[in-house]
Formats: sequence, structure tokens, C-alpha cells
Amino acid sequence: MDGGFGPTVVFEVAGIQVTETVTVTWFIMAVLIIFSILVTRNLKKVPGPVQSIVETVVEAVNNLTAQTMGDDKMGFAPYMGTLLIFLAIANLIGLLGMRPPTADVNTTMSLAIITFVLIHINGARSKGIGGYLKSFAEPLPPLLPLNIIGELANPISLGFRLFGNIVGGLVIMSLVYGGLASMSTALLGPSAPPILSAGVPAVLHVYFDMFSGVLQSFIFTMLTMVYIAMAMD
Amino acid sequence: MEVNFIVRFLNWLASFEPKALVLAASALGTGLAMIAGIGPGIGQGYAAGKGTEMVSRRPKIQASVIRTMLLGQAVAETTGIYALIIALILLFANPLLNLL
Repeated sequence: MDGGFGPTVVFEVAGIQVTETVTVTWFIMAVLIIFSILVTRNLKKVPGPVQSIVETVVEAVNNLTAQTMGDDKMGFAPYMGTLLIFLAIANLIGLLGMRPPTADVNTTMSLAIITFVLIHINGARSKGIGGYLKSFAEPLPPLLPLNIIGELANPISLGFRLFGNIVGGLVIMSLVYGGLASMSTALLGPSAPPILSAGVPAVLHVYFDMFSGVLQSFIFTMLTMVYIAMAMD
Repeated sequence: MEVNFIVRFLNWLASFEPKALVLAASALGTGLAMIAGIGPGIGQGYAAGKGTEMVSRRPKIQASVIRTMLLGQAVAETTGIYALIIALILLFANPLLNLL
């Protein structure tokens, strides 16, 4: 896909192409792991400024999980918190000039497949194998194929929703940048730097990167929680 | 007369390069696919209107109303996202060109 919106290949190891998506994901993982270790290294009874912020975040995630999934499913809170923070950083990293990893369908679909596996394993665990299999034939047995297709469509729509939102923003942003660059050369001569693209797209960055990115990571996490809670109840 | 017109049109089409024809039709199809954006627009707007109504009626439950509204809007958006995926595939990873 040369000239497309696909991620560029950074380097190649033994025939495996390592794309920008993978390297940026590693960067985010490293930042998250180092931040977590540094912040939780010496926790105190009376929290300092950093510990208060971290405690607020953890409490917000715990409250969200308890409200959405119920108090008996609090064991999912760490995964949901990690998912929320990872997706929020991944969507916001476009502001630093890096390509968001969520603009690659591999990232979003693998997260969606994790959700899919969680839904079905936890559904089978809490309902028992018999009840789990019977839930596909409800409310009427002839609806079995429809239910199976509906279950298979869940991860696809979950993955493509995040991917489509982020990539739509990316495509619109690159169109705007290209348009502004050619507009400034048309106005100021062919050798002028693209000065129009400094500052003008800021409003669009606020919408597409900050608002839409944070909203989509919240929605992905919320939908994951709702699907798992629905499968378990 | 009519058959003659159709034959003339097909001859006119055949005078182009097949790749150019496929690309032109894909561009048209991209635009047509995005007409699906109307549906989620109407649906999300309706949900937002109802959410505003409920918040103005009972401001105390604002947080949960907005959360439910955003969740419903995200689900309503699915068809629009499918259309966007089709449009992006037609634009950037066209499978029809490989069939030539």
C-alpha cells in the first residue's frame, strides 16, 4: 500500500517487517511500565502529590467498573484500567507527531479479540457450559444462527469502530495538511515554506486527536465491560 | 433506437483503459458508500436530543445519562464506520484492481 494510509515499515528482522505501529506500541508500553514502577515504588499512608493523582485515577477506574459491571466483577478493574489508559495514550500520541497505533487494524482487532475471548470464557464460567450453550438458542431455538452471527459481529464492530474513528481523523488531518501546504505555495510562491499549516489545524487536532481519541478509548472500554457483564449475568 | 444508444454507450466505455474505468467507478463507489453517514448522523442526533431533554428534566442524574447516551451513540455509529471502512478499502487497498 504505497501512498496509502498504512503504517511505514521501520526495520526488518529475519524477514519480519516491524512497522511503526509496533515500535510506537513498544514505546507506550515502556512509558506505562516505567511510570507504574516509579509511581508505586514507595507508597505512603499519607499520599504525596503524585500518589494522590494516581489514587484518584485508580479510584475512578474502580468506580466505573463497579457501576458498569456490578460489585461482584471488580476483578476486571485492572484490565479495564490498563485498556483505558493504553488506548487513551495511544490515541493521544498523534499530538507528539507519532502515528497512533490504533490507526492500524491489527492493534484494534487484537484488542477486540481479547474482548471476545474474555466474553465467552467468562460467560461459560459463570453460567456453566450447558447454560452458556443454551443462551445461544434464546429466546427461540430457530434464532441460533442469528445469535452466532451476532456474537461473531461483536468483535468486528468493536475493532473497526476504534480503527475507523482514528483512521478517519488521520485521513482528514493529512488532507487538511496537504491542502494547506498547497494553498500556501499558491499564495506565496513555489519556494515558500508551508506557513499556513502552522496553527490553522490546531482546532482540528483538538477535536480529532483529543476529544475523539479520549472518547473512543472510553467507549471501547465501556463496551468491553458491558459485553462481559451481559455475558456473565 | 434505445438498443443503439446502449451499444454506443458501451463502445464509448470500451474506448477507455480498463484500469481507469475501475478507478473511476471505485471513486464513485467511495462517495456513494459514504451516503450511509446520514443514518448514524440522524441516530446520534436523536440520542443527543433525548439525552439533553433528560438532563434538563433531571440534572441530578446527568453523569449516568451522558454515559448511556455516549454508549448508545457508539453503537449507532457502527453502520457509518462500516461504510467508512468500505470507502477506505476502495480508496487505498482496492481489491478490484487485482482482478484486471
